[in-house]
Amino acid sequence: MGPMLVLLGVLLVVAGFAVGLNPLLVVLASALATGLAAGLSPVEVLAAFGKAFNENRYVSAAWLILPVIGVLERSGLQEAARGLIARLRSVTFARLMLAYLLFRQVTAALGLISIAGQTQTIRPIIAPMAEAARASEAGVEALDSSEAQKVRAFAAGTDNIGLFFGEDIFLAIGSILLMVGFLEQNGITVEPLHLSVWAIPTAIAAFLVHGVRILMFGRRRPGS
Amino acid sequence: MIGLTQVYALAGLVFAGFAVLSLRDTANPRRLRNALFWGLFALTFLAGDRLGDLGNGVLVLVMALTAALGLGRSGSGAADAEARAASARTHGLRLFWPALLIPVLVLAGSLGVRHGGPALAALVDPKQATLVSLSFAAVVVAALSVRLFRQPVLSPLTEGLRLADTVGWMALLPQMLAALGAVFALAGVGAVVGETVTRVFSMDTRLAAVAVYCLGMAGFTVLMGNAFAAFPVMTAGVALPILVKVYGGDPAAICAIGMLSGFCGTLLTPLAANFNLAPAALLDLDDRYAVIRAQAPTALVLLAVNTVLMHVLAFPAHP
Repeated sequence: MGPMLVLLGVLLVVAGFAVGLNPLLVVLASALATGLAAGLSPVEVLAAFGKAFNENRYVSAAWLILPVIGVLERSGLQEAARGLIARLRSVTFARLMLAYLLFRQVTAALGLISIAGQTQTIRPIIAPMAEAARASEAGVEALDSSEAQKVRAFAAGTDNIGLFFGEDIFLAIGSILLMVGFLEQNGITVEPLHLSVWAIPTAIAAFLVHGVRILMFGRRRPGS
Repeated sequence: MIGLTQVYALAGLVFAGFAVLSLRDTANPRRLRNALFWGLFALTFLAGDRLGDLGNGVLVLVMALTAALGLGRSGSGAADAEARAASARTHGLRLFWPALLIPVLVLAGSLGVRHGGPALAALVDPKQATLVSLSFAAVVVAALSVRLFRQPVLSPLTEGLRLADTVGWMALLPQMLAALGAVFALAGVGAVVGETVTRVFSMDTRLAAVAVYCLGMAGFTVLMGNAFAAFPVMTAGVALPILVKVYGGDPAAICAIGMLSGFCGTLLTPLAANFNLAPAALLDLDDRYAVIRAQAPTALVLLAVNTVLMHVLAFPAHP
């Protein structure tokens, strides 16, 4: 049983997220259980967690983009994005999302992962455009809240999918470097290029699979 | 040299601004909690390295408890819909230029630092070129937009706070999950999960072994929130000893497709909060898991596709 005890923290996370407890508290409880199971005292766990928290500040530094996006929204960027799509009848929901998926995959494959994203592109521009396109296809002024939320969630998912299945084609991305380093430690020498070419079949499959889902979402009647 | 220190100082000042604005926001009944939350966020960025490990631990604990009590939303800042629509009519397509300038500056900055010669490389830490460029772009374009669109001087902060309060406590979760990953690593959770997987599943055919590796990468990533944590464990446990040594597979193809199977897991897990949960908060979705639900069908089909691709492409034609 001994070493299995450290899995208690993983179980706590799964159960806590499934039941819908506040994730911040779930994470703290899981860290405490894991640390105690590994033989640390509560104070040592808190110190270890604090150290790792401090070392990972760059994760939250990403929120520095909020003020500029906020100013642009206050200036009417979301409304301008909606208005543009309402005027361009040929830009359907499906064409918009397919073009964005392709753009995100191709730019990520060139290593340009930070030029778009949920905060800087999806919220102020792509999501309002997708909503406007769906509304004009449905012949309504604005989508009802539940349909609008579905469209926004789909746009957010499309950004992640484009990013994940594009970036691994780039040679110098973190995951490629991790694989090269790991294989090196195990006595296998692999060129980054050999890893990145093997990301191409999945990238094509991702475009086809998600592309079909975009077309299906576009054909769906709003509300169904 | 400009690097993480300066970016963190800037972030600290922005969060400190959020704290002060929250405190003065009498329309928000929970303004004290919000001010404490953003104030402590500012403190980690401005003084995290001087607080000591235990000090940082206590700070996270207080932040998490404050957030779990429930934060309010700022009432200030938001221009009404009428004003935004009027501004959109006045400025039209010009509104897109600053939004496009952000990626251009990020690109120029990170390329410039890497390939722009020794002077630029000495000015900016090349390892942090992207984050520094993004921060620089955020400041420059905010200032430019205030001028171009005649917005109040303080609007970057008031509007930034409006968005930050939309995200709320979720803003803290990605960094906390990264710290949890470090505690998991410290306790050796990965090795135990890896051993369990290899012990429980039989791998006496090549297809079974490929399936265990691909599904294991995805499943492990769902549990740990990160394909990078799953990769060393599953690859050392399944891919190298069995797929490469026993079945003669190509390590490059196996690792690359294995990592992408892990990415399918990333699309499915709430533990990848910065990709899956934070956007749901940012987009004002009622269902915290709405983005995961939107991604799940694509992720599951791609996981099956990866398994087939590995089985077909990664092994010699005549084993």
